[in-house]
Amino acid sequence: MARPSKQLVRLDVNQDVHDVAVEPRTTLLEAIRYALRLTGSKQGCDKGDCGACTVLVDGRPVLSCISLAVEGQGRKITTIEGLADGNHAHPVQDAFDVCGALQCGFCQSGMMLSAAALLEQNPRPSRDAIKEALSGNLCRCTGYTQILDAVEVASGQRDVPERDERPTTVRR
Amino acid sequence: MKRPAPKKKAAKQKAAPVKKKAAARKATSAAPAIDVDPLPPIVTPTGRANAGQAVAAFASPESAAVETPLEAPVEAVGKKQIASGASPRPSAPSRRGKAPAVVGRRLRKLDSLLKATGQAQYTDDIALPRMLHCKILRSPHAHARIKRIDFTRCLQHPGVHAVLEGSELPAKYGVIPWTQDENALAVDKVRFIGDEVAAVAAVDELTAEEAIELIDVEYEVLPALVEPEAALAEEALKIHEQNKRGNITKHVDLAFGDVQAALGASAAVAEQDFFYAGSTHAPIEPHCAIGHYDAEGNLTVWSSTQIAHYVHRELAKVLQLDPARIRVIQPFIGGAFGGKSDPFSLEFVVAKLSMKTGRPVKCLWTREEVFWAHRGRHPMKMKFKVGLSKEGRIEAVDSKILIDGGAYSSFGLVTAYYSGQLLTGPYQFGTYHFDSTRVFTNKPPCGPKRGHGSVQPRFAFEVALDMAAEKLGLDPIEVRRKNFIGEQTKTVNGQTITSNGFLQCLEAVERASGWREKKGKLGFGRGLGVAGSMYISGTAYPIYPNEMPQSGIQVKLDRSGKVTIYSGGSDIGQGTNSLPAFLISEEIGCDPRDCTVVVSDTDLTPVDLGAYSSRGTFMIGLACVEAGQRLWVQLAQAVAEKWKVSPAAIEGRLGTITGPGGLSMTFREAVQLAEAKFGTLGATGSYRTQKLGADYRGGTIGASPAYSFTAHVAEVNVDVETGVWKVENIWAAHDCGRAINPTLVQGQIEGSVYMGFAEAAMEEMTYLPSGLHRGPSLLDYRIPTTLDTPEISSHIVESVDPTGPFGAKEAGEGPLHAAIPAISNAIYDAVGVRLTELPFHPSKLLALLKQKQTPVATHVDPPAISVPSTYERR
Repeated sequence: MARPSKQLVRLDVNQDVHDVAVEPRTTLLEAIRYALRLTGSKQGCDKGDCGACTVLVDGRPVLSCISLAVEGQGRKITTIEGLADGNHAHPVQDAFDVCGALQCGFCQSGMMLSAAALLEQNPRPSRDAIKEALSGNLCRCTGYTQILDAVEVASGQRDVPERDERPTTVRR
Repeated sequence: MKRPAPKKKAAKQKAAPVKKKAAARKATSAAPAIDVDPLPPIVTPTGRANAGQAVAAFASPESAAVETPLEAPVEAVGKKQIASGASPRPSAPSRRGKAPAVVGRRLRKLDSLLKATGQAQYTDDIALPRMLHCKILRSPHAHARIKRIDFTRCLQHPGVHAVLEGSELPAKYGVIPWTQDENALAVDKVRFIGDEVAAVAAVDELTAEEAIELIDVEYEVLPALVEPEAALAEEALKIHEQNKRGNITKHVDLAFGDVQAALGASAAVAEQDFFYAGSTHAPIEPHCAIGHYDAEGNLTVWSSTQIAHYVHRELAKVLQLDPARIRVIQPFIGGAFGGKSDPFSLEFVVAKLSMKTGRPVKCLWTREEVFWAHRGRHPMKMKFKVGLSKEGRIEAVDSKILIDGGAYSSFGLVTAYYSGQLLTGPYQFGTYHFDSTRVFTNKPPCGPKRGHGSVQPRFAFEVALDMAAEKLGLDPIEVRRKNFIGEQTKTVNGQTITSNGFLQCLEAVERASGWREKKGKLGFGRGLGVAGSMYISGTAYPIYPNEMPQSGIQVKLDRSGKVTIYSGGSDIGQGTNSLPAFLISEEIGCDPRDCTVVVSDTDLTPVDLGAYSSRGTFMIGLACVEAGQRLWVQLAQAVAEKWKVSPAAIEGRLGTITGPGGLSMTFREAVQLAEAKFGTLGATGSYRTQKLGADYRGGTIGASPAYSFTAHVAEVNVDVETGVWKVENIWAAHDCGRAINPTLVQGQIEGSVYMGFAEAAMEEMTYLPSGLHRGPSLLDYRIPTTLDTPEISSHIVESVDPTGPFGAKEAGEGPLHAAIPAISNAIYDAVGVRLTELPFHPSKLLALLKQKQTPVATHVDPPAISVPSTYERR
């Protein structure tokens, strides 16, 4: 069982350019998690069922566990670590926090990236449009209600009952 | 294992509740106003004043006794080693009589921005230098004897560092000390397809995966007992040879009053068989563990467990190490729902492989392996009889339940009890009998899933109650209201109810759903259904009897104003990482954002028994209140001395300490004054086991310091052509005592309702006759997406429990129960057929509709046209 030899691929992840040695079969998720140590992207099923591994490739949500690392060349990849602008949380991250959408948090990297991609395309999506856009991301904790609420908050379509303005290192 | 049911005692017991019944039923008024009496001052010095006699925290009894100390009746408890008799001091529902500063507010969790930004480290996110990767070989047979394991080819594979087989870890383990029947890797026998056989540590994951294929195992295949009836009938072929009676893991038969007579005297009796399909937790994070046996001989295990303390105990037992040299750390955990409550094979395997290699070893399970590990909802076949008096009072409830346990005991002893013991509220039962039998089968083991043991009988009972009420022409909400058990009362099986906001829950969902306006007027195909339930806020007794606290908190105050809280609590998403900051800041007047909470690390944090039985908020919360009150005594005294006023006149709120006449200082200044006066500042708090339960064997199982209550109304729309049904809306009201953080409570209610809906609609663990799982993936095992999940309206009811921290009870599991029967009852209301088997697949509904030949409103048969005979056969 000889191993295929590794080759260098150039990946632009969160605007940092990395040369990463991968096998042809290495998935984009493996390259991101284990070679670049960007562990915010999660592996829930490793077969494209759960959506926890979702990253943005040229702004579109992609399942990185069923994409190959070599396919990532020449693309702009955004992981959850690249969603905040420095110390300013992305509106989706802030809204997920305020609305209680982050229970265990494991599925939420993918969920928030799907939501952020939706809001890029459609700044004021209907609730049904939000459901449609997030239907590839499974969450086991929330029952989705607070997630849908959070996307509505992030898009300025809903107020939260009480906004906790607790200062945080990452804060809008 | 059969023993006489405690009928004599039951009769005696019943006398008391009967007398109380009238009073209880009268007590249907609103929840009590919030009590603002100040708390008694706490003068206990800091330190481990509560530490009881150490009782074998790290030793387990070897023999598998049929009746265990866990089941000991409450009267015998004092003589044994369980309760100390010292009740925890009740917590006032508010802080020193003042309006709360933190409790009840929708504050952010302390760690959610770490999760939002990808900075939170889950177990698989940890990588250690020199770390090896482990894979586990699993059985392809449902039931087989292992004749030989040959590692020759495996060890020749480049990159393999060590192999492991069951005989190297012979000690059996299991979460319940008296039913320990698991080995980390199979010894002699495998008992389900997916049972762990051998393990490999290799330089990377792929190499380990290749290497396990090179392990040669010779099996002697045995007949597989896949169905519970087959396992029950089989006496000679035992899945566990040491089991006393065939394949029965537990049989419980308890009666309270003369059920047969009461059924005979009932005006309406509903009798119905039900089947509750097994389902699994499917947390999105697969199980993962890292073991590191370092050069000093200390073992550290990072694990995605929800009960670090039990893992700690079992590691010491199986690895035969001094528990003081073992450290268990729970990193962030990606969902659990009960599925990470047992000690799992990978924790022992990575530890042992690290001891063998001297290097850290990681094991991450695949999604398929998570399905094998299972420990999910037990399939139950249930026969229920519910008898109502002509006024609609519940006179008799009788159930017989066959529980499919899968291959190991897990929490099964408790499951068998919970299938009966937790049904006795929120309604008063006149008489009650349950007979539950859990059997081993050659399938992945079942265990505790959110609403452990009680979701299944709750479904059956709530549907049967509707059936009986219908015979009397009673409104489903009215019959539930009529049977309300009341507050400060006892259930028919002897459990103590403290606060009870069930009527407010019913009222909330009745109003929100427009029940009165809509019921019976929605037309064929649409309907409303209601159901109620109750659940525990933690178990009165720990799983292994001991006199030590069930939960501990340590707090350190720094002169910077930083408050560091050490909590053993296990945050599986529900927020127990933030709870200590909320409650201690409430007590000592700091700002919650100035708290750091150090969690779930057995070297650093005091023992907490972990995230199960909805115990977190209640028990961790009371420990926090105690620690906070002790610190406040010192802070108030130091500040009072400086200002020359009485300590009672000092108040603290969100980082500012105030006194009479506009006196004010920062929390930091107060800490410095107190540190100057008393020395280094710190305090502990504990939640102690209370003496609760009833005086018969098993009467302590199901005993809880407080019970939560829930009511749901579901509105469904049924397509009678296809049998496809849809929940248009589901309204869930939950009595959580007091919502310490309403946003988090709503999250628990909505998540619970979702999971109940999921079990009603689609989730099912299904197996081929061989015992092979039909689809161990998140695609084949269907779980609801955003598009499948109904809109959920959650309502918080606050009954302000007199014993809970600031009046709080549980919220994480109770709200699941009622969703399933509410949906079934709504479907009946819509189309007139009873769905009694889960999940409610459209095909089942369609078959029932056809069977009933219900007039189908939307379907009109085409007029009869004579067909030419040549076409007739087509």
